[in-house]
This record gives sequence, structure tokens and C-alpha cells, in this order.
Amino acid sequence: MSDTSIPFRTRMSAGIDRFGGVMLLPVVLAFIAFVLIGQPSTWATLTIAGLAMGMMIFLMASGLSLIFGLMDVLNFGHSAFATAGAFVGATVLAWLGFWVTGGNPALNLAGLLLAIAAATIFGALAGWFFERVVIKPVYQDHLRQILITVGALIVAEELVLLIWGGAPIPVPRPAVLTGSIVFAGVSVEIYRIFAFLLGLVVYVAMYLVLNRTRLGLLIRAGVENREMVEALGFRIDRLFILVFMAGSALAAMGGAMWAGYQGLITAALGSEMMILVFIVVIIGGLGSIQGSLLGALLVGLMANYVAFLVPKMALASNMLLMMAILLWRPYGLLPAVKR
Amino acid sequence: MSMVHNSSALASKPVPGSAISANWPGRVIVYGAVALIGLALALAPFLFPDVRSQEVAARICVFIVLVASYDLLIGYTGIVSFAHTMFFGLGAYGTAIALKTMGPGLESILVGGGIGVVAALVLALLIGLLSLRVKAIFFAMVTLSAASVMMVLASQLSDFTGGEDGITYSIPRLFSPAVELLSDAEGKAVRVFGVPLNGKIALYYFVFISALVLFLAMMRIVASPLGSVLKAIRENELRAEAIGYRVVVYRTTIFCIAAGIAACAGILRAVWLKYTGPDVVLSFDIMIDILLMVVIGGMGTMLGAVIGVVLMTLAQYYLKDLMALGAEATGNLPLVPDLLNPERWLLWLGLGFILLVYFFPSGIVGTLLGKGGQK
Repeated sequence: MSDTSIPFRTRMSAGIDRFGGVMLLPVVLAFIAFVLIGQPSTWATLTIAGLAMGMMIFLMASGLSLIFGLMDVLNFGHSAFATAGAFVGATVLAWLGFWVTGGNPALNLAGLLLAIAAATIFGALAGWFFERVVIKPVYQDHLRQILITVGALIVAEELVLLIWGGAPIPVPRPAVLTGSIVFAGVSVEIYRIFAFLLGLVVYVAMYLVLNRTRLGLLIRAGVENREMVEALGFRIDRLFILVFMAGSALAAMGGAMWAGYQGLITAALGSEMMILVFIVVIIGGLGSIQGSLLGALLVGLMANYVAFLVPKMALASNMLLMMAILLWRPYGLLPAVKR
Repeated sequence: MSMVHNSSALASKPVPGSAISANWPGRVIVYGAVALIGLALALAPFLFPDVRSQEVAARICVFIVLVASYDLLIGYTGIVSFAHTMFFGLGAYGTAIALKTMGPGLESILVGGGIGVVAALVLALLIGLLSLRVKAIFFAMVTLSAASVMMVLASQLSDFTGGEDGITYSIPRLFSPAVELLSDAEGKAVRVFGVPLNGKIALYYFVFISALVLFLAMMRIVASPLGSVLKAIRENELRAEAIGYRVVVYRTTIFCIAAGIAACAGILRAVWLKYTGPDVVLSFDIMIDILLMVVIGGMGTMLGAVIGVVLMTLAQYYLKDLMALGAEATGNLPLVPDLLNPERWLLWLGLGFILLVYFFPSGIVGTLLGKGGQK
């Protein structure tokens, strides 16, 4: 039933969409919010906060989306990587101690990058283990995939509790990234700018890898038609484990960034973020990083605007956004998976 | 991509009792166990009169209904929903708010519970029509988001729901321990096996009989033509559609039925506990519990719900005690006491769950009966 009812969008119209069309949605949203809020400085602060939050969610969501797109595997345990990344990052920051909290900006940044790198590497290794042990035996079987990844999520959360305990852990923030700068009457937290830039770098890197390299070509081809790529003689399972590791690593990186942003983390961090990540993946459409970015920015902006305008509606607003978009486009805004 | 679940490759491995000729011991075990559980629950107030056992028995009754209704979705139709606690919570909150505002009368339970069930049906209809036409995984994500929004709403609309603290209320006087159902010559409650026949007993049997009726109704549903169509949809959606069954309509119907029954279970829970809060009816932990119970018992087998609930609930209440003992006994070894810490029981449960899904995807009952949801 579903195979024929999906609107098949050609490459050309997808290209048109990218330049205009749905990519303008965040701008429209920002404009509406500008009218509703009325104070330009508040609006600018909220917008930057929303963009930064969106970028951190993007890190967690893009991997999930690609993993699903390539291999039809939905990993409900994805949030475990974000949690693990947050805790590994926080631990490394705490180890480095003076590096991070001292006055030397270069050491500060080096410490932070080291922590993020540690979280990312940990995420990649954990992803490799996870794919081999947990996901591999249940390829092609959605129901058992969901069950097993939920089981793995429970185990992973319990392991985090076992190692780091249940009490919230404070995350030291590098001295150079604390505080905020005031620019034209708009105060902006430095950490947010950093988060936004990091997200942007990752997006550009992913975009280039996917669109300018042979590996990326294979991945995109695999997302579009796995059987055909296999028939042409490529080992798509090897490709998939690579994508899975990258996705897990990105989730861990996003988790570490989010940990620094929150300042205080608990083992529930991943599951709290997961709802937003799912909403992003659904809004964006499965399998495309452009979609994930678009969805993440929409969700980040929406969360911040609504938290200011109607605080009680913050999470519900994103849910409503998802409902509205699903009614309009049942497969998300920019789906790469056409099945 | 087809949505056919082809776990039969694993399920059809030679597991004990799966061959048809060797099937009868499995049958005897399952039916015997269920009969024993039914009997124990029917006589629970007299067999296990202490407070904690009563709590366990009532919880088992409510969860059998809840888990069986979830099995209608996941086991019989192949729909993975994470919003089941949302419907459970709607029933419970409806009852709780009515009992709080309208006073402790039977009519409050009827009105509040009725509103809760209707709300659950409407919401299920909306979610079903909106997203049951897309693939299973989308639906799982949509329901997960909907459930979490409901949780946030419950904790934020604190004027209605009491927020995180929940609502405490009194229940109809008929159900209070001070009421005597049958009094003897001295004006005291008649004792049967040393247990006074007071309102507490009435409350237990209210829960038990309601649960029994709901469970039998579900047994009837899966044996009906509707149940056969659902199984057909689970086995091969395209073929069911091709024969002429409107898959979306059937899926939405069963989703609404399951939601309504879950809301009824919520009413029972609210009346028994005299308290309703996010932790006891809405939290994601309960959703996980339900999922574990269905899978442990066996998807696509109503009796599996009974077995799964009993095993899990006993484990929740009594395994923790055992683990605490283990942790004490191994107190001077490194790491072992931490692993045996009662708070870590979910770790072991999770590991067991993963192994179960690998090796016995049709659960305890499915394996014993040599059938199951996923064949």
C-alpha cells in the first residue's frame, strides 16, 4: 500500500525545494516570532539560543536519520550514545581540571576539544559494538529491532547509573566560553555561538562527504536503493557499519555539547533529548541530513520562542508543529527515503 | 520495503515443545499455570491477607488488562505504540479528577471514568487516522512523542492534575475498610477464613471482576472475525488489503479498542490506589514494563499477558529483596555488590529481555504452545 502512495519527488524538484520552498520555514517562523515578541533585542537573543539548540539537536538527529535511511534500522537506543557522550565528556573535562578552568584560552579550548573528541571516539567505538552485537542479528525485522534497541537502551542507562551514580554531575565549562558578549544591545552567550559554529562545521563536513566523495555517493545511492547498490557489487553492510559508527559518534558529540550547555547532567539526559530528536527526524524526513538540519532549526527556534511567549507550551508546541507538518507532508519535509 | 516480520527464521528453530507432537506438555503447563493464577487471584484476599500481597494481587489484575490490551496492538496486529500509558493515564486522571471535584460517589467513578475513556477513544482515533497509514516505525515515534507531551501536560496543568505530586482523593464509602458487607449478631463483620468481609474486600473484587470481564472480552475479540482480520494484517498487510480489507480502518479500530480498554484499566488503578500521579500511571517506566511483560509472556497470545504480568510483577516486588540479600552477602567483593544493588535490577531485566528477544521471540507462552505472534 505504502509503496505507491508516497509522492515520488525527482531530484530537480528537490533542488528547487532546497533553494526556496521548505528551507525558508525557519525564516518564516523567526519572522512570526519577531512580530509576536516585539522587542528586537529579546528576539535576537532567543533566535541565537534557538539556533544553537537546533545545532546540538541536529548533531544527535542526523545520525539517526542516516542510519534509518541507509539500512531501515530505527535505533531507539540512539539516545544512549548521547547520554554516554555527555558523561564521557564531563569526566574528561573534570580530569583536565586546571586546563579547562584556568585562564589560558588556548588550553581551555584544547581541553574542550579533547573532551568532545573523547566523547566522539567513545561514541564511535560503542556504536561499532552496538551494531555488531545488538543490531546485526535483527536486520529487516522492525518489531524485534524496536524491542531489542529499547532493551539495549535500558541496559545502557543502567550502566551509566552504575558507573556514574544517580546524582546529577556538574560539568565544568571552559573559562573562555563562559559569560556572554554584548553586541548592539543584544547579549549572546559565547557557548551558544561555539555550539552553533561546531554544528555548522559538522553539517558542512557531512554535506561535503556525502556530495563530493565516492563514499558519500555510495551512501546516498544506498539510501535510495540498497538492493541496486548491492547488486552492483558493493558491500553495503560495511558501509552501514561505518555510517552507524559515525551516527553514534555524532550523537555522543551532541550529548557532550549539550552537557556543557546544561552544566548539570543526569542519566536521563538522553531520553529527555530523544523526544526532540524524534520530532526532528519526523519533521525533516528520514534519511536526509538537510532535512535533519531544517527540522532541528525549526524545533530549536520553536522551543525557545514558545518558552518565552507561553512557557507551559514549550514541548507541546513542537509536538503540534510535528502534527501540522505530518498533515501537510506525511513523510516529512525533505525525505531522502522513497519507500 | 516490505513490513513483513520474518523472525520465523529464529522462531522456528527447534525449541523445546515447539514440535506439534511434543506440544501437549507445553499446553498443560500454560493452561495449568493460568488456571492456578486465576484461582489465586480469585481467592487472593483470603489466601494472602497481608497488605503487600493485596497490593501485588490488585496490581496484577490491572496490569493483565493493560498488557493484554497492548498485546491486541503489538501481538495481534503488529502495531508498535508507545502511547499506551497515555490512555491508561487518561482513564486514571479522569476518575481521579471526578472523585476529587464531585466527591467520593460511585457516580463520580462513572462520570470521570466515562470522560476518560471517551477522551482516550477520541485521541486514539485522531492519532490512528493521522499516522496509522504510514509505516510502523513512524507510528512508534509519533506515539512516543504524543505520550511524552501528555506527561508534560499532566505535570504542568497542576490546577487540574496536581502536577508532579498527583491527586489524592477518597473513594466511595462502600470500598472503605470500615464498611461491613455482612454483619453477624454482634454487629461485627462476618469473618471467612479469619478475614473480615469489609469494604476492602469489596474493592478488591470490584477490581478483580472488572479485570476478568475486560480480559474475557478481549479473548472474545481475538477469537472473532475481527481478530482473524487483524492477524491477517499482521502477517501480510498487502495481501489483506488486496483481499479487500481496509487496513487503515481495521488498524484504527483496534487501536481505539485497545485505548479504551487501557483507559478502563486506568479507572481500576485509580480507584484501587486512591492516588493518581505521573509516576504511577503515565511514566515511561510503565510503558517499558508493559512492553517487557508482553514480550516475556509471548506476543499474540492472550494467556501470555497473564504469565508475563505475574512473572514481572513478582520480580518487581520480590526480586529486589533477593538482590538486596545478594548484595549484602557479597559485600566485601569488588563491583559485585554494585551489580546486585536492588536499584540495578532493570539492568538484569534488560539483559534478560534482549536474550529473550534473540532466542525466544515468541515469549514463554508462545514457545510452550508452539505458536506465537511472530510466525
